[in-house]
Amino acid sequence: MAYDIRLPDPTTESRTAKWVTIVIAGLFLAVVLFIPLVAVFLEAFRLGLGAFVAAITEPDALAAIRLTLLVAAIAVPLNMVFGVAAAWAIAKYEFKGKAFLTTLIDLPFSVSPVIAGLVYVLLFGSGSVLGPIFNSAGLQILFAVPGVVLATLFVTFPFVARELIPLMEDQGTGDEEAAISLGANGWQTFWNVTLPNIKWGLLYGVLLCNARAMGEFGAVSVVSGRLRGETVTMPLQIEILYNEYNFSAAFAVAALLALLALVTLILKALLERVYGRDHANGVRH
Amino acid sequence: MDVTVKNVRKEFGDFPALHDVSLDIHSGELIALLGPSGSGKTTLLRLIAGLDFPTEGAIHFGDEDASLKSVQDRNVGFVFQHYALFRHMSVLDNVGFGLKVRKARNRPSKAEIEKRARDLLEFVQLGGLEKRYPNQLSGGQRQRVALARALAIEPKVLLLDEPFGALDAQVRKELRRWLREIHESTGHTTVFVTHDQEEALELADRVVVMSQGRIEQVGKPDEVYDHPNSPTVFSFIGESSKLPVSIDRGQLYFADRPLGLRSQGVADGEAHLFFRPHDVEIVEGGETAIAGIVVASRRTAGTRQVELEVGGAKERMEIEIPVDHPATAKTRIAFRPKRWSVFAG
Repeated sequence: MAYDIRLPDPTTESRTAKWVTIVIAGLFLAVVLFIPLVAVFLEAFRLGLGAFVAAITEPDALAAIRLTLLVAAIAVPLNMVFGVAAAWAIAKYEFKGKAFLTTLIDLPFSVSPVIAGLVYVLLFGSGSVLGPIFNSAGLQILFAVPGVVLATLFVTFPFVARELIPLMEDQGTGDEEAAISLGANGWQTFWNVTLPNIKWGLLYGVLLCNARAMGEFGAVSVVSGRLRGETVTMPLQIEILYNEYNFSAAFAVAALLALLALVTLILKALLERVYGRDHANGVRH
Repeated sequence: MDVTVKNVRKEFGDFPALHDVSLDIHSGELIALLGPSGSGKTTLLRLIAGLDFPTEGAIHFGDEDASLKSVQDRNVGFVFQHYALFRHMSVLDNVGFGLKVRKARNRPSKAEIEKRARDLLEFVQLGGLEKRYPNQLSGGQRQRVALARALAIEPKVLLLDEPFGALDAQVRKELRRWLREIHESTGHTTVFVTHDQEEALELADRVVVMSQGRIEQVGKPDEVYDHPNSPTVFSFIGESSKLPVSIDRGQLYFADRPLGLRSQGVADGEAHLFFRPHDVEIVEGGETAIAGIVVASRRTAGTRQVELEVGGAKERMEIEIPVDHPATAKTRIAFRPKRWSVFAG
């Protein structure tokens, strides 16, 4: 005779424990994440849609949006290339100093962004060696767009590499060896074999890198010099407006920035679903 | 294509993987590199392929020194242990890959590549699976795709690393016979690595027995099985039992008792007697023989294997006796090997 009561799963906790954990997690997320996010949007639209549109189409705000997109458009592709190269070197080759290089890649994560910014001030400031050289060549690094790009590059470097290293280490060199044994050269191997194997991880890393590139404040704040309409990115613009007690404009730009981040997150979630499906089908392994 | 390995040494860092290995592989031969893990057999295969380079020594393809040629230029077909199929490519694209990446002047047209890939899939009995992806295939089918992909580049030499290692026993037997047929119909010089002696003995024209980075013996399957040239080969190929003996005037003695066996030319002194557990005859009565007490016995299919204690509790060995033999635990059995080898030391 079959048991007519349903036995609990051995790893299932009691209903109370289940609900307590869910409520704690939910409350925490609501207080720390969700309510502030809603507040940003509410504040942004407090004076109505017209005021919101006016605030983000104002020349300085537009310049900040343009600069943010420009910086991301430069920093993200560069870090994609550097990240793939670094991950490739670390995952596929054995060489002296490999552990050191791995640690170095994590440096931007462990160092405060403000310090990253200060490093560039030291390197390219008027009292430095490099600054005057570039200046005499007509290239202003510090307090100009190149400085902002450099600082962003530094801060966002680890995202792609960190995402790819475990993935590439896990995949090993078998597929690449198969490709070269079939006569493929280095580029053909990378393009036809390596890249398709890492594409989801790469996209994921690029999205995270992009989110951070657009949102970076500390390092950019130090090197930008805050020249309004010239070197001010969206996060800086928000802070400037806020300090001027122009709250509604500050929140309008903030809402736009948050929206960009949300789009990134949604893209990431979508990718994860596809990625997860591939994974379940064993396409990765 | 003859392949000659000349005094090759390979070190990985400080670890010596191969010591001074030389081997002649004749054109059209099917050769097995047989040895336990860590014997250097896969290293040797990878050196022939050009996936690694020797620390010292040379590898010739025909009359040509291929030692410094890249793997791309050697034109070898390599089948990897875990197949290394490209998971994002269909079976057809996997097989056509080697032709697709050729330089423009040697590259067949798209239609020609597809036709050749289809023909090869037909040849490896996978017709109709062109559109599948590797993860939709069974292990045996993946193995066939990997072989078709390697054959597509019209290799001079076909190299297979543990080709049946990841398959279950039934599929393994079937593919073994099939590989032999493929070899006979294509006539490629083929080298495969295996740790399974049964596989090597059944499939290969010649078997290269390797151990600890050295070649122990090269010979036809019968030669290495019937006349192993070292204790290592004897114990690695087939079942074996051994007994420490001493030799006096060409006769073998165990614990000062004569065994009635000749030393086969090994000089007087300490030695080891090796024989196959199934290659023995039971001796009744008082003839000179090896005698022991049964301590364990187990039935395996058509025979019974008994473990004997010989010379007090000092030595244990296994022999096979008929299933209907009345021996049980503590029974005394006397036997004599029908064929044996003696190695000094």
